[in-house]
Amino acid sequence: MNQSKRPALKLLLALLAFVMVAAACGDSDTEGSGEDGALRIAIVAPSASDDLAFTQSMVDAVNALDRPFELEITDGTFVVEDAAAAIRGYAEDGVDIVIAHGTQYGGSLAEIAPDFPETTFVWGTSTDTQGLDNVFAYNPAADEGGYVNGVLAAGISESGVIGVVGPIEAGDAVTYIGGFEAGALASGASSVNITYTGSFGDVTLASEAAQAHLTNGVDVMTGTAQMVVGAVSVATANDIPWLATQADQTSLSPGLVVASQVYRWEVVLEEMLDLRADGTVGGQVFELTLENGGLVIEFNDGFDLPSEVRDAADAAIEGIKDGSIDTGF
Amino acid sequence: MGDFFTASVLVATIASGVRLATPYLLAGLGETIGQKSGVLNLGVDGVMQLSAFFAYYTVLKTGNLWYGSLAAIGVGLVMGLIYAVITIEFEATQGISGIGIFILGLGLSDLLFRELVGTPKPIRRLPSVDIPLLSDIPKVGEALFQHNLLTYTAFVFVPLSVLLLSRTTFGLNVRAVGENPHAADSLGVSVERTRYAAILIGNAMAGLAGAALVLGLGIFQPNLTQGLGFIAVALVYFGSWRPAGVMAGALLYGMVNATVLQWKALNIIPVSGSVLANMAPAVITIVALAFLARRGSAPAALSQPFSRH
Repeated sequence: MNQSKRPALKLLLALLAFVMVAAACGDSDTEGSGEDGALRIAIVAPSASDDLAFTQSMVDAVNALDRPFELEITDGTFVVEDAAAAIRGYAEDGVDIVIAHGTQYGGSLAEIAPDFPETTFVWGTSTDTQGLDNVFAYNPAADEGGYVNGVLAAGISESGVIGVVGPIEAGDAVTYIGGFEAGALASGASSVNITYTGSFGDVTLASEAAQAHLTNGVDVMTGTAQMVVGAVSVATANDIPWLATQADQTSLSPGLVVASQVYRWEVVLEEMLDLRADGTVGGQVFELTLENGGLVIEFNDGFDLPSEVRDAADAAIEGIKDGSIDTGF
Repeated sequence: MGDFFTASVLVATIASGVRLATPYLLAGLGETIGQKSGVLNLGVDGVMQLSAFFAYYTVLKTGNLWYGSLAAIGVGLVMGLIYAVITIEFEATQGISGIGIFILGLGLSDLLFRELVGTPKPIRRLPSVDIPLLSDIPKVGEALFQHNLLTYTAFVFVPLSVLLLSRTTFGLNVRAVGENPHAADSLGVSVERTRYAAILIGNAMAGLAGAALVLGLGIFQPNLTQGLGFIAVALVYFGSWRPAGVMAGALLYGMVNATVLQWKALNIIPVSGSVLANMAPAVITIVALAFLARRGSAPAALSQPFSRH
């Protein structure tokens, strides 16, 4: 009996040891610290998570990731100090990836990131990591989609005068508007009138800026940042076609949004997460482009776009991808 | 610069200035009445924020712009009642209580928007109403008499506020409790009741300001007011607690803003000068009002809780 029991006991112990080793190995293979090894990801962003613009584009991107994750969001942090507190709080709480979605958070990140070397901080829009080994930076080549939108605007404009409503002259607003202006002027527009309202959030000023453009003969408009909903509202009331960026804004004006440059941050986020899984927690810069699929032009089927204008836009996309078109950035 | 001095651009700029002035005017007039009774309300922006949300949500659900306006007034009254209880019954410090009301309105409107709406959805905008005969006056009619009803309402409230404050018993009581509540009390004026009424009127007008803002835009977004209510409070000071002064300040602020936007659209202000130009409305309004406004003194009992003991 005893002899017959011993091999069974040994087998049981061996099985137990195998299971423990396997479990341990399994732990080391999982990516995150969440339940069942899911990545814990947090987003800290300046505007509402459903703003149909900058912040929503990142929330949508994380939700599109092809791996298990747990997402926490602190949005509406217009005040940088509030954002800094949230970023530090998430890091202290053991979150694996903290996305600081705003150029203005760079200073805070430079102070916080060195205190949490195991945490990956993802920061943008920025073209450098500030020399921090645990920071990945991201930046959209917004000029590329801006150029395509400019080609579209010039193609459908009868007056040749196109209006732009921008926020503050900074970040991707500058590159988008610059690319848009280049594309429109290269495609026959006579004038691109640009208004920076001085605010990312003032919907009223954006609305009145759009009204001012209408007074000056503008018959196609575009704009960037979360306050453009006010300008889109004016465009809709006056039957003016609208070119969108950052997120698909078709729902704001289903018959008048011509196309939207959509940021697909998930393209570069996946790369960052792969690197992290391989042991690289930061130190690299990523760019969204038409070529890598991080930027996508989504055309609105509800807008009756002339085929020759669509062809010109498609040609511009291909030209930017193959390098034959220079957007000026 | 020559492009700016064309009739069509000048008319559009004045019309834009009037539109921009409307919410400041409504909120500023309401705050004037409140301050005349001795009550400082720094929560105006929060009241506007929450009222704007309810106006927006009501129109989103019913499609009726007037239900939206009434909802905004209702929210203003409720917020006013809360503020009145805090400052009159509990004799809390008005400045801090007002900030509390502001944070409540800002936070609650944000929360409700996320829970009930989510992504911004457009609603109907208040239509323009042409005033018979006046709107037909060349240029002037287009600039001044082709606005929505809430804009006209704001400007009609200016003489009404003057009449209310200077020609009615209630107005006399409001001024009395704002200057010397103990004297007014000794003469049989109910300080509490008068202040309750002044706060409710002021907050109802702040609510209407929120409605004017959101129904003029046709869209809502968290933090829609962007501190507009605080500027309205400042305009009361610069306007020397007179409705006409508040109107002048609101119009000046609106007109400078509209001019800057028009100059940007015309490329008169280059993109490189945008940052400086963005400061112009605040700077010019402050300087102009500091020099031009008739020197008036604040109600003597402003911000002072009243207690018989």
